[in-house]
Amino acid sequence: MSYRRTKAIFIKELHHITRDARSLALALAMPVMMLLLYGYALSLDVDHIQTLIYDQDGTEASRDLMRQFQGSRYFDVAGFVNNYADIQRGIDTNRILVGVVIPRDFSRDLRSGHTANVQIIVDGSDSNTAAIAMGYAESIVRNYSAEAGVDLQNFRGRHLPPPIDARMRVWYNSSLESKNYVVPGLIAVILMIIAGQLTSLTVAREWEMGTMEQILSTPLRPAEMVLGKMLAYFVVGFTDSAIALIVGVTIFAVPFRGSILTLAVSTCVFLCGTLFWGIFISAGCRTQVAAYQLGMLSSFLPGFLLSGFVFALDTMPKAIQVISVIVPARYFVTIVKAIFLKGVGIGQLWNQLAYLVVFGTIVFWRTVRRMNQKVT
Amino acid sequence: MWERVGVILRKEFIQTLSNPRMRFLLFLPPVLQLVVFGYAVTLDVDHARIAWMDMDNTPQSRALLAKFEGSGRFDIVATPRSEQDVQRVLDASDAHAVVRVLPGFARDLARGRSTEVQILVDGTNSNTASLVSSYAASVIASFSAEEGPKPQGFGAAAATSGRIPMTAGLVTPRSRVWFNPDLRSRNYFVPGVAANILMMITLMLTGQAIIREKEVGTMEQLMVTPMRPIELMLGKTLPFALVGMIDLLIITGAALLLFRIPFRGNFLLLLICAVPFLMTSLGAGLFLSTVSQTQQQANMMSFFFTTPAFMLSGFTFPIRNMPVVVQYLTYLNPLRYFMEIVRGVFLKGVGIEILWPKMLALAVYGVVILGLSALRFRKTLD
Repeated sequence: MSYRRTKAIFIKELHHITRDARSLALALAMPVMMLLLYGYALSLDVDHIQTLIYDQDGTEASRDLMRQFQGSRYFDVAGFVNNYADIQRGIDTNRILVGVVIPRDFSRDLRSGHTANVQIIVDGSDSNTAAIAMGYAESIVRNYSAEAGVDLQNFRGRHLPPPIDARMRVWYNSSLESKNYVVPGLIAVILMIIAGQLTSLTVAREWEMGTMEQILSTPLRPAEMVLGKMLAYFVVGFTDSAIALIVGVTIFAVPFRGSILTLAVSTCVFLCGTLFWGIFISAGCRTQVAAYQLGMLSSFLPGFLLSGFVFALDTMPKAIQVISVIVPARYFVTIVKAIFLKGVGIGQLWNQLAYLVVFGTIVFWRTVRRMNQKVT
Repeated sequence: MWERVGVILRKEFIQTLSNPRMRFLLFLPPVLQLVVFGYAVTLDVDHARIAWMDMDNTPQSRALLAKFEGSGRFDIVATPRSEQDVQRVLDASDAHAVVRVLPGFARDLARGRSTEVQILVDGTNSNTASLVSSYAASVIASFSAEEGPKPQGFGAAAATSGRIPMTAGLVTPRSRVWFNPDLRSRNYFVPGVAANILMMITLMLTGQAIIREKEVGTMEQLMVTPMRPIELMLGKTLPFALVGMIDLLIITGAALLLFRIPFRGNFLLLLICAVPFLMTSLGAGLFLSTVSQTQQQANMMSFFFTTPAFMLSGFTFPIRNMPVVVQYLTYLNPLRYFMEIVRGVFLKGVGIEILWPKMLALAVYGVVILGLSALRFRKTLD
């Protein structure tokens, strides 16, 4: 292992990166694009639910319930209709998500102490939005019911206690904004993309262009080549995560409660591991197309889907949860989220970090072996 | 002319399919995405893990616990005794929420006084948090409806006045979910995978097929043949259009047989709509090849195309949750229209009478994007 030769390959690779100015610009613009998408445009938070109301009853009581929907910040009442067909059409054309039908005998049932029904029709195609919207609609109706009950009893001169109050307190992300949840994990995804898109090509390109033979004729050893190439992309990856951190915290106002040092250390460890992985893939492919596809499939896809970045891992089937245990991004996403949102220190994160160290070491070792085999 | 197109077509097929790794990679992404979105990825919360802190310890508080356990939506994973325990449970993400029954719960209930139950929700995942809190609120609301309004005299009064005693609250919401009554996110995701794969495969492969010739230097060799740009273009796009169509068939088959996704519409309509959509993605692929010099650039550029297209199509993130400005932006995205068509055909079974504005938009985009890219491609060749 020679420091001089490692440095030489590092500088050569840096030249490669800086010479292709367009790729470099794209690599640096990528975190900004991802942040814009996830921090600004995308959200799983359901509000402004487009709603149509079909009031068959047309009494003071039914209008009262309607006002509850109109006053809620979750619902936008898009209009009032006089038949089911309009609700059907609204849902078919994706114009509305929820239809509320107040039946004809609503106020009569209410006054006589019977159970009055309110029908809530939800477009279930998007199951997540539907479940949340349904929860909101039901809670509006229940609240109305509770108030109506109290009113009715007061009207009759009896005292009825208000119902049990469910006091919600949300920790760590009290405004329940999905951006606070998603943006920290984005750092992991961005690094996985760098590994999948840039690093996976480095060795395959040398083969495709025929420059590999030239390198092989030098005294360069595989370990030095792997390390040198990794370090060059490390610079790009680390810059990208710094951009993501700064833009995320300053522009998107994502809370950062932990220690910046812990974050930096774990980013370095994770970055080394994923970059080694990219080179490992690359060493096994002779064409760039194959290397790229394989790189994206094995780093970006699991990093995006099986890391808990957007899709919670604990709601996945057991078999998939078991598979996700080997995905390094999973541990890094846990670390990053804990540092950002919970302000947890290294004490509670060391086992995740330990896995990342083990992963990086094993992949480095395998990559060097693979290069050795290719050479001979 | 067709003879020459046929030649390049054959060359392209041989080049892509003769390499076993390439063959594998052509069909692996659809399978992988299907498995992941069909089995793994879900936004639904079936079993919320909660910690139960009972500071009252009375029959009433245990009845509330039984109600939570009986709802089938909650697993009680811990019973913290102190504030530190609560903190630890939430910090370690052991539970999604902690339900805390305060001392005096049963006493207040018996006296007919208003009482409260505290629910501490881990908000890190805002989506899970809002689902869990709405489930918890509804369990408490129904417990409250059963146990709460039982002050002295009420039952008697109801009996003397001859009214039916209220057992379940005055107004009950009756929810009906259309199209996806079990609320499975799989039904929503899998049809979207079809649209997604179609775009990725065609856009990337077309771009790369052309760039590879440039990078390796065989483009010059092609240029000296009597091949005209239009023929080269057809030869470079048609094979991948075919691959895309085969992928679409595979995905639809798997969706129906493996994942039991309902298919309520007309398959022919779906195929017809796929044509203008393919034109947009092939056009984008051609465009990509005119602005990139190396395969790496093409990869990065295609990432910059596909990621926003994919994210702003409503595939996983509903368009109606986006800021209004961004919602208007999505009208520029062909994938958005195709996504709506695919889902409409699969889940809602709607036909041309509902989908025609989307089909029209796709057709316009298809012609414009493919036309402009073809012009540009010609220019760069000349």
